[in-house]
Amino acid sequence: MDPYLLDGVTLGDVALSTVKAVLALVVCLVATMLMVWFERKVIARLQNRIGPNVAGPFGVLQTLADGIKAFFKEDNIPENADRFVFKLAPYLSLLPAFLTFTLIPLGGDFSGGKSGTVTLPGGQETFLQVADPPVGVLFFLAMSSLGIYGIMLAGWSSGSKYPLLGSVRASAQAISYEAALGLSLAAVILVTGGLSMTEIVREQATAGFGGIIPNWNIIVTGFIPFAVFVMAGTAELNRPPFDLVEAEQELVGGFHTEYSGIRFALFFLSEFMNTVTMAAIIVTLFFGGPAGPNLGILPGWLWGFVWFFAKLLVFLFVFVWFRATLPRFRYDQLMDLGWKLLIPLSLGWLLVLAGIRVARNGELNLLDSAGGDTVLVIAVSFVVLLVGMGFLRAALNNARRERLLAAGLDPREVG
Amino acid sequence: MTVTPEKIGSEETSATPTARATRTPDPEGGQLDRLPRRHAVLRMSEVQAAELADAPLDDENEQTMLVNMGPSHPSTHGVLRLMLEMDGEIVRRSKPVIGYLHTGMEKTGESLTFLQGGTNVTRMDYAAPLFNELVFSLATEKLLEVDIPPRATWIRMLMCEINRIASHLLFMATNGMDLGAVSMMIYGWREREQVLRFLEKVTGLRMNHNYIRPGGVAADLPDGWRDDVLFLLDMLPPRLAEYDILMSGQPIWRERLQGVGVLAAEEALALSVTGPLLRSTGIARDMRRDEPYLAYDDVDFDVLVGTRGDSYDCYAIRLNEIRESMRIVRQILDKMPSGDYRVQDTKVTPPPRARIDESMEALIHHFKIFTEGFKVPEGEVYVAVESPRGELGCYLVSDGSPTPYRMHIRAPSLVNLQCLPHKMADGLVADAVASISSVDPIMGEVDR
Repeated sequence: MDPYLLDGVTLGDVALSTVKAVLALVVCLVATMLMVWFERKVIARLQNRIGPNVAGPFGVLQTLADGIKAFFKEDNIPENADRFVFKLAPYLSLLPAFLTFTLIPLGGDFSGGKSGTVTLPGGQETFLQVADPPVGVLFFLAMSSLGIYGIMLAGWSSGSKYPLLGSVRASAQAISYEAALGLSLAAVILVTGGLSMTEIVREQATAGFGGIIPNWNIIVTGFIPFAVFVMAGTAELNRPPFDLVEAEQELVGGFHTEYSGIRFALFFLSEFMNTVTMAAIIVTLFFGGPAGPNLGILPGWLWGFVWFFAKLLVFLFVFVWFRATLPRFRYDQLMDLGWKLLIPLSLGWLLVLAGIRVARNGELNLLDSAGGDTVLVIAVSFVVLLVGMGFLRAALNNARRERLLAAGLDPREVG
Repeated sequence: MTVTPEKIGSEETSATPTARATRTPDPEGGQLDRLPRRHAVLRMSEVQAAELADAPLDDENEQTMLVNMGPSHPSTHGVLRLMLEMDGEIVRRSKPVIGYLHTGMEKTGESLTFLQGGTNVTRMDYAAPLFNELVFSLATEKLLEVDIPPRATWIRMLMCEINRIASHLLFMATNGMDLGAVSMMIYGWREREQVLRFLEKVTGLRMNHNYIRPGGVAADLPDGWRDDVLFLLDMLPPRLAEYDILMSGQPIWRERLQGVGVLAAEEALALSVTGPLLRSTGIARDMRRDEPYLAYDDVDFDVLVGTRGDSYDCYAIRLNEIRESMRIVRQILDKMPSGDYRVQDTKVTPPPRARIDESMEALIHHFKIFTEGFKVPEGEVYVAVESPRGELGCYLVSDGSPTPYRMHIRAPSLVNLQCLPHKMADGLVADAVASISSVDPIMGEVDR
């Protein structure tokens, strides 16, 4: 919880919350606007093009120009559409994207065991984030599930076939990847011991191995949860290579085929807002968020901003890079990846992490020392993990063989 | 000139057809039995489709839905329209609907002289225009019974192979785009643009060149052409190696294409499929080798075949045909003879520009050739060449006048489109896109 809310809520606290919310909205919108520009510019360079360069310096204001244009475009609602839901859907898609953003600690000084709070001129102590609910991570999961409703309802209410297919894909994809997303998050929660975002950052801000290597969760949880999270997160965002929901070459525009004008722009905006938010979540959960050394000159809380946005930029670039490089998955391949690889892997890894934790705390008492226990647990876990994966592979191959035989195909020849 | 499928099949089927659903023999026997997936063709008229759309929903029986893909759709390569009967995301039956780009070029050809014909046919397969001009010119020359000089022949070969490279690069671009690798679209076009720049330097135009004409070519190769060709030959190999990194070796790419849109060899033969699509099924049929025209006898090249007939084979064959074409171009550079670039037959060839200034007769001669045209002896003829898309044929009938009595182009895109329902049957809609892409139809050629 934010310190200023602990001793009862005064009118000043409400005002402070409002100011913070407005500021966060501004930051979020500006970041989204810049992200649209950044993506267009970077992908243009990756594709040997120039990209937007007319509106404003380096074309930075292109998004603004596009937004203004979208406002004045005709807003067409198809005849067969469910008018109310059709109008509602873009907002349903935008709202969760912003609500998730409120969870993210944008700055603050976490170096040297500091708590990351800033003291305002009024004497109130607060975090540099809109809200720090004790259920932080769960709230994120809830919002990312809710975000799919916008897409689903948009596709369904359009009363047309391509959007319908897009929305069916969206719901299937969301359900599949939510599980992988949650399980990889569980690893982070396990090592942190709490759900609050600030707590997760504070845990990572402590000095790690040898005092040099940071104590970031990507290292602490052993990379696998991070890899799973990035993949599942990309799928959750419907970004390439998992952008089946709006696969242009297959479904024209996917769920937003029938949308035009500002309603379409809202979908577009929420998509990029989600991208920014997801990159910020990755940074917070696995890369210590605003945690980083205080290099002087600037006040400590500002260094938090600097580190946070530097890390954020790296992941935003990674998302653009994915888009420029990878072909799109097919629907069934996407499901295979989710259910047959990511979910078993993150589940197995979570159990391994839990086992190691128990052993390191010395609660196992199999060998004489906790260290010996840890080694034993790691060895046994990996054997179990490998055997488990072997079984899974065998089961998958067998299922595939039977499926092919049922279809009258020879499995040896299909390969 | 038509080759019966049986003949090719017995000689050159180098691979067994890929595994397929157990097939029941056709009670009537014969050709249909060679199409195990003929049920995949949706035979439904527009009227029936419209009636279905108006019919009240019946949840009990209606398990499939009818989706129109195209004529205006991002991945139907122009204005191809597909009527898909879909069971969820799975395409059960389909029907390609063509005619949205019909321009009546074959009919127009009957009112244009043989010299003007080139400007007409070049607009059919606009990704490989020189092949259209070539086949039309070869047919006209066969009727005229003129032999063109060796340099003209070799220039034609050079230009056609370079055009084949450009066309296959366009395929690389669109295939990448259809599968979601959008950067590939730009890369393919980037390289194609370099190739087109050379074509522009030689012919004056990027496309629709009207460069190959009855009697030879419109102009000799410009100064420095050798350097330009060498530049292309140096530029392309590293770029193709990049494609290999970006696509061929990419796990997602392989997953998306391998085993998708499989066509069996006998299906392909029964449907008269030609070109890379036929070769992908393992049948080594290439007009350049099997019925050599121009001077393809004198150059050394391989006919590339696949083994599975899937979309990946189609992709790999086209990628490597670019390399094969470059090999041919290298040989042409060594063997390019000197001499005339067009036949010195005053009946067909206009007088040189310099003579027109000096001689009244030459001026009249020039005027007559370009207004009235030259007369072509009575007869009918069929000539076929290997275009990037398959066997491109030209059937020409002359009644002795300066315009053809009938001109027909056997367009490989049109014939290859027939296999689409068979390739797409029981695949996902994403695979349908991959199948369309691997057929690589050019709608201008389909509708003519």
